[in-house]
Formats: sequence, structure tokens, C-alpha cells
Amino acid sequence: MYYKTIKKNEVGRFLDGLLAEYTVVAPVRKNGVVGFDAIQSGEEAILDFSNTTASPKGVLMPQLETLLSARAGEEEAVEHTGMRKPVVLFGARPCDARAFMFLDRVFNDGIARDVYYGNRRDALLIVSLGCTRTRDTCFCTTTGGGPLSTQGSDAMLVEQGDGYTVHVITAGGAELMNSRGLSDAHEGVGEEIRKLALQITAEIDPPVDLSELKTSLDNSFDTAAWQTLTEKCLSCGVCTYLCPTCHCFDIADEDNIGVKVRNRIWDSCQFPGFTMQASGFNPRPTYRERHRQRIMHKFSYCDDNHHMTGCVGCGRCVLECPVNLDIRRVLGSFRGRNGG
Amino acid sequence: MNPTDCSNRIAEEAGRLLTEGTVDVVIGFEKGSLPMRSTPCFVRTPQDSGKLVWNSFCSSNLSRYLKQFPGKVGIVAKGCDTRALVELIKEKQVNRESLVVIGVPCRGMIDGAGVLERCDGKRVSDVEERDDELVITGDSFRITLARGDFLHPACRVCFTGNPVLFDVLIGEKVQEQARDCYHDVSDFESRSPGDRWAYIMSEMDRCIRCYACRNACPLCYCGECFADATRPQWVGRGATGTDTLAFHVMRSMHLAGRCVECGACRAACPTKVDIRTLNRKISSDIARLFDYRPGLRIDQPAPLSSFKPDDSEEFILER
Repeated sequence: MYYKTIKKNEVGRFLDGLLAEYTVVAPVRKNGVVGFDAIQSGEEAILDFSNTTASPKGVLMPQLETLLSARAGEEEAVEHTGMRKPVVLFGARPCDARAFMFLDRVFNDGIARDVYYGNRRDALLIVSLGCTRTRDTCFCTTTGGGPLSTQGSDAMLVEQGDGYTVHVITAGGAELMNSRGLSDAHEGVGEEIRKLALQITAEIDPPVDLSELKTSLDNSFDTAAWQTLTEKCLSCGVCTYLCPTCHCFDIADEDNIGVKVRNRIWDSCQFPGFTMQASGFNPRPTYRERHRQRIMHKFSYCDDNHHMTGCVGCGRCVLECPVNLDIRRVLGSFRGRNGG
Repeated sequence: MNPTDCSNRIAEEAGRLLTEGTVDVVIGFEKGSLPMRSTPCFVRTPQDSGKLVWNSFCSSNLSRYLKQFPGKVGIVAKGCDTRALVELIKEKQVNRESLVVIGVPCRGMIDGAGVLERCDGKRVSDVEERDDELVITGDSFRITLARGDFLHPACRVCFTGNPVLFDVLIGEKVQEQARDCYHDVSDFESRSPGDRWAYIMSEMDRCIRCYACRNACPLCYCGECFADATRPQWVGRGATGTDTLAFHVMRSMHLAGRCVECGACRAACPTKVDIRTLNRKISSDIARLFDYRPGLRIDQPAPLSSFKPDDSEEFILER
């Protein structure tokens, strides 16, 4: 680990350099909404944003991806698992970088490898943008991250004065940052960043003990409180689709003008059709069971199955829920609860 | 009436209805978990009615929740919410006799996201509502904004600030705009077909198919939406241009002559897709062809579910 430095007005040129070798996915502002997109030129990237509306998970899990395709009359289907051009995800917030560590445990943990995810993952490097400001919806410290957490990042930019200190974290990060004309950072910058991290962390509400919360949740599966806590839920997919760790999908065979395609498409546990069975029976018929599933999955089952909470505290679901069904309030009502 | 007095009056009415046993539940708003957010709540005891609030951030259309409550229900409703109630009663989804409407005149709701953007992402801690101003206080700043600049798009062209159907009215009636306020539609119509296509497709590009628009809509109550059907599958499920457009066009056609223009769809959308342009264009066509606006009178049949010999046929027969 070491530090380099880059001036704000040099970032565009730096990205232009990367574009020669990599596909660069960075935050861009389109019609007033900030989101991640592949850029063609360094100056398209914007770094003065709080966080993007949608998470960058689409880089590894596109909302729609074709797994197989076959032309009418052809015997062999084509599998779309090929290696990809190397990608740099630039400007993801530390919570979102950390979310990829979680997704790796689901799709690429050494035992089970999802080839579509895995091939993209092998070609991805993440340069995150540390948070020097927080929002009132942030709760990353509860879920094990932090505003300047380096978990999941290959390199991280931290805004300092008129430039960024570039924290080079992995060999992949070094490959991106070395021999690109960046100057070395001044002596003692690591200590400055540690102090800055403490100062920014103090803006965020104190962390909640998640292992205690998990016990409470496990004891509360049948509690009547789920009904009243969730009855305003619209059963839309805002929380799950914007979430950097939600990863459920469906597979649909579709016909694309003469080409049969097998697509993998994001799905959401909040949709009634998600658990609909062929018999017509639905084990999660209302918002109550569906919303409970989302909470239990993230804060209990993910811990059992992947030894990591399925939430990074980015706060998107808090900010964007159309009816302000705040996950922190739902969780708060289970703290210290023992069933009933 | 200021928001505090209005909240108190709503709480008082709700408390009375629950104490008398006239209703089992009152659907209203309570203080949200974030500044500039009010959140739907369901009050079942008189003691709980004190949490009901009213302010400029009550943008959800609460009539959307009525189908969840089979008994006697009280509902806090602004003008557009009552228009949805009229349609729901007309379409036999809601029984007028089971309903007590606490009507609240509305000067338009504020889009909190717009205010946050104006504050450059700084944390907002408090908003004080004055007549035509919002005083925003946050981390080391305090600004005064003109209320009218931050209204939801639907509220800018609203002509029913006052409830069209109510049992109790809270506060004084507000001044309403003219009924034929379709300047947004005429602006859209004056553009070339190429421009209109480009605009709609650039909006569709941001849609993530989360269905918040549909699920927030009081008139989208189908047991199974065509967009979810798999046998047959009417629309592709990806968030790609033509599939997304097909979903939104089909939905807006399904709402033709029924959409009450409350803007709940736009308010719910996380990526602020302008879905309303489609609905508004259809609304303006229906107003012109049938001299009809949805959600105004229970005894007025909807043009697409009734027939009159002198109905306009200009869209069928070309001269």
C-alpha cells in the first residue's frame, strides 16, 4: 500500500490514458440523474456527487444479459460466456466497492463459480472515491464498512484540497496507477487520511450490533409486528433494484426477431410473481412476507450462508423508497426483541 | 390554515371517527424518517391519531391503499386523491358507504429531491413552511426558496387543489387553476415527430422497470398486470428501449380516461422518468374528444366504458 496524488484538473487526462487499455465505467450525469456508464472521454466523468441513484452492480450483473442464443434452423446454441475486455470501475463509493466483495461470495466463492459473473469479475478493477461528506441516509459503519474503507477497492481516491490522494491498495491498483505520471504523495498522508476517516465517521449514526440484531430477527419470524411495519410497502422493486447487493434474477427464454435467446434478468423478492408457483400457490402472497424476506435475507440468511451481511449501508433504499419505508426503522424495531 | 393547525384538525377528526367507531382505521400521513418526507400511516386507535400530520410533503396518493382495508375506512385526501376515489367508486373497487373522506385543500406538494439538489447535497435538518416560501436549514446554511419553484410537475398543472368528494373538509379552500391548463401537452405536440421520439426514448432509457410508477398508482389495481403475465408474455421483461416503451405505452393506454393526473407515478420514480407526458397527452385527447375529465363526478360514465351515438369518431374515420 502506498499513496500517490493527482490534481482535480488532471483526472480527465488520467482517465483518457486508461481508456486506451480499458473500458472505463464512471459516474455521469444524464438528465439530472447521476449513474454509472461506460465513458468515451475522461471529461464525461463527474466526481462531485454524493452517490449515484442506482448502484454499479450492473457492471458485473447487467439487468438483462443473454446467456444463450440460437438462430432458427441452427442446431447449436451459442453460449455468451466469453472473456471480456478489462474494465475499470471508477468513482464507486466505498460502500459500493464493498458490495462486490459480498457478490463475490455469492457468485464467485471458489466452490461455485457463476461463469458469466466470474468472467466479468476477473476483468474488473475498482477505483473507489472515498466519502469526505456523508448523507443522513448513510449507515455503512453499521454493516462493517466506513466512509474511507478500502475493502473491495483496488485503489481509492480521497479528496484533499485541490486534488485527490490516490491510495494504491492491490497489485491491480498498482497496475492502474503506476507509470501514468502521478506524483508520490507527501510524507504522513496515511496518518492524515486515518484522522480524516475518524472525523467523517463521526457524522454517521453510531453502529448497531448486527449479531444481536440477527438473533432478534431469528426469534421474530412469526411476530405480528411484520404486518404493521410493512403495510405501507408498495411491493415495487425500487429498494432491490437500486441495492448494490441484491442479486436475485430470473431466466426467461424470449424470441428476439428470429433469434431464440435465453436471458438472465434482474428479479425482485418484492414482486408477487417472484415466488409464484406453477400450481398458482404463492408462499409469499403479501407485502408482509415479501418484505420480511428482504430483511431476513440480508441480516440473517446471508450471514449464515456467506458469513457477511447482505447490506453495505449505502442508504439508497432509505432515500428512494417512494413511501419512506426506512429499513433502519424496521431493523430498529427488532433490536433487543425476543419473538412475540 | 398552517400545517400545524391542519395536522391538529386532522388528528382531531381521526380521533373522533375512531372513538365513535365510525371507522376501523384512518389512512393518513405521519412524520417521515428524513427531512421533507411524510410517510403513509394507518391509525387504528384514538390514542394513535395524534401522530397524523399534514404538510407540503404528503405527495403519496393514499387511495392506493384502500383495497388493503375491507372494513370502514377514514382517509385523509387532497384534491387529486379524491379524484382517484371517484374513479375507484365508479369502477366498483371501493364502496362509498364504507368510506369517510377527510378532505384537505392542497396548494401543491413539494418535490423534496429538487430541494436537496438545490442544497448541493448538503444535509438538510429542518424545513419551515411559510405562505409562499420554504426556509431550509442545514449544516451551516439557511436558505429561503420560493415554494412554487419546487412543486411536483403534476401539481404545476393541477386544477383540483380542493377535494371533489369529502365528508369533512379541513381548512379553507384554495384558489384553483383553469381546467384546460394543457400548455405542457401543447408544448410537446408542437415538437417534430423525431424530437418527440427522441425525448420519449431518452426518458425510457432511465427506466429500471421497478414498477414503482404502477404500484404507486391508485388506478393500477389489476390482480395480474399485463407486464407480469407469463402466459402469454405480452412484453419483454428487460429494461431495454422497446420493451420499456411497450410497458409504459400499454400502461398509459390502460389508464386512458381513468388517469386522475395525481403524479404519484412520477413522484415514486427513483430515476425521475417523465411518464406523465404520455398520460397527459391522452388526457388532453380525451378532454377534447369527449369533453371529459376523469375523477370529477361519480355519476358520469367513463368515455371508454360507455357509448353515445354522437361520440367523436374522428380517430376512427378519416375524412
